[in-house]
Amino acid sequence: MNLTPVDWLLMAIYFAFVLGIGVVLKRYVKNSSDFFLAGRSLPAWICGLAFLSANLGAQEVIGMAASGAKYGIATSHFYWIGAIPAMVFVGVFMMPFYYGSRARSVPEYLRLRFDEKTRGVNAVSFAVMTVFSSGISMYAMAKLIQTMHILDGPFAKLGVSTVWTFHVSILVSALIVLGYILLGGLTSAIYNEVLQFFLIVAGFLPLVFLGLKNVGGWSGLKHQLPTAFTHSWQGMSNAHTNPMGVDAFALVMGLGFVLSFGYWCTDFLVIQRAMAADSMGAARRTPLIAALPKMVFPLLVILPGMIAIALPNSAGTAINPSTGQMQVSNLGGKGLIPAKVDETTGAPILDSSGKPVLDYDLAIPNMLLHYFPTGILGLGLTALLASFMSGMAGNVTAFNTVWTYDIYQSYINPNANDAHYLWMGRVATVFGIALSVVAAYAASRFNNIMDFLQLVFAFVNAPLFATFLLGMFWKRTTGHGAFFGLLSGTAAAAIHQGLTLPQGAAVGIKGGWLGAVHTYPSEMAQNFWTAIWAWSACFVVTIVISLCTRAREEKDLVGLVYSLTEKPSQEQVAWYMRPAVLGAIVIGIALLLNLIFW
Amino acid sequence: MGLDIRTPIGLMFSVFGVILTIYGCLSDRVIYGRSLGININLVWGLALLAFGIIMLLLGMRRGRGKA
Repeated sequence: MNLTPVDWLLMAIYFAFVLGIGVVLKRYVKNSSDFFLAGRSLPAWICGLAFLSANLGAQEVIGMAASGAKYGIATSHFYWIGAIPAMVFVGVFMMPFYYGSRARSVPEYLRLRFDEKTRGVNAVSFAVMTVFSSGISMYAMAKLIQTMHILDGPFAKLGVSTVWTFHVSILVSALIVLGYILLGGLTSAIYNEVLQFFLIVAGFLPLVFLGLKNVGGWSGLKHQLPTAFTHSWQGMSNAHTNPMGVDAFALVMGLGFVLSFGYWCTDFLVIQRAMAADSMGAARRTPLIAALPKMVFPLLVILPGMIAIALPNSAGTAINPSTGQMQVSNLGGKGLIPAKVDETTGAPILDSSGKPVLDYDLAIPNMLLHYFPTGILGLGLTALLASFMSGMAGNVTAFNTVWTYDIYQSYINPNANDAHYLWMGRVATVFGIALSVVAAYAASRFNNIMDFLQLVFAFVNAPLFATFLLGMFWKRTTGHGAFFGLLSGTAAAAIHQGLTLPQGAAVGIKGGWLGAVHTYPSEMAQNFWTAIWAWSACFVVTIVISLCTRAREEKDLVGLVYSLTEKPSQEQVAWYMRPAVLGAIVIGIALLLNLIFW
Repeated sequence: MGLDIRTPIGLMFSVFGVILTIYGCLSDRVIYGRSLGININLVWGLALLAFGIIMLLLGMRRGRGKA
């Protein structure tokens, strides 16, 4: 790939700003609350954009475009069903307890509401998970830099072999993220996430514009794609009549309820952004403000994927992953999506029916290379790198907080002064990033271990929302109930996965290791049902055990449970700033979008 | 918080805008074949510059209001 000095200049300016923000913010970090909670001093719109951006990791930009190329507009379910309702719920109903209880983290809320063991399980699993997610983000970025041969030019000039591309990418990204978090803590991470948000919009909007113009707008795109690709709900009544292989019930309950609420309402990575807000009102508005751009994000990330697959094969000046050169033939791919190539033989990889397996993850990179001349290409690549780094930084800031408050202060050294915990937070940032680097290398060596770990995380996360829902809205829920509910939920997820298999998959990591008694039409359907079973098991077991164990006194639950907490007063804000009104507007727009793309 | 985030955002996008605009004016038109003949550097450079200036103005207005 040929980048010119103007591309490099744009990239360098971006990195200078990223680190510069950290340097300027350094003098405002005086105590641990400044470092971990941004001093609870940020306005709602900043927290809102950071709330959105922290989730904009590798999965989002590359993955959603890939999914757009694979499934079409139905991918928007991950936004309009799989994010918006949960974001409204957390803002309107749950934030009063997170923010109002003055808990400094989500595990700490569990400690206040339930007991030490429930917090411990959540804190440890969350800490491990963030380190691995950040490592996976780092790995994906280094891999992409390698595939796109971004560093080949400068390396050739310096006389460095390209085998170093992977190592240099990992090291540089780790050092940049480390630098700005060490300097400015959570404020620095949040400010950079806001910057990244605008950058991603600035980099991808012209791409969508050029792509749509090229294919003749939305109507042109409709002509060139199968009907199922441009309608999000048609064919959803049955798993066999839509490209995703899921039915509407699994979609709404599995994705829209269990997985989405489990993520947006309980994951400290995003909740931390709202906890940094300067008031209760701002904290509640944070996810609602985030929901507005979130709803139109499919435009930026799904459409490029759909355009990439809709273009005629002859349009394919796609990148050849093995040489990094642009070439007209795309090796048996479709549109701008090339076929996956066997690294040793150089031949396209074929599936069981003899069709080439497409490398959908290259949708966005190929779109950038296809439409962007040098100059704006630098902007687009910077936006892509920014999305990876915001995902990494979000995980690292969540990790250092949970480690310091919920593990170090709780179990290792409870009685130190604040300056010590601030120091610990900085140390945790360093070893959190060091562990991510280790995870990134583990991912490059042992792909199976990463798949396995992600599966385990999915089991641990699936039941979480049942615990929070019962904890916040049913005062009778007890610590024992919550703890054993969580364990049973995770066990149920594992058992369900062990008993089922997606169509065409082999027994092993995809399931069936307890003997497959049921086959799902797709892996996605299996995942959704695993989540539904895990949630239900946790919900039922938590209720049963809570009823058998002694309830906590009501006076201890004030501020932690809905029925025992005073409703936050709203007299001082304009009507359009009220969470309930904002929430209703957001839900209305989401419904409208679903109808438009029905 | 002492630093208004709109200031660095405004600054960065203004710089990006200026660079892309200048590059758009100087660059050979041949490279715009892939962007459908549109001088996307010039067009988008101007758009980013406008956005950057608006952010800078918003940041400055708040700064003055507080002082």
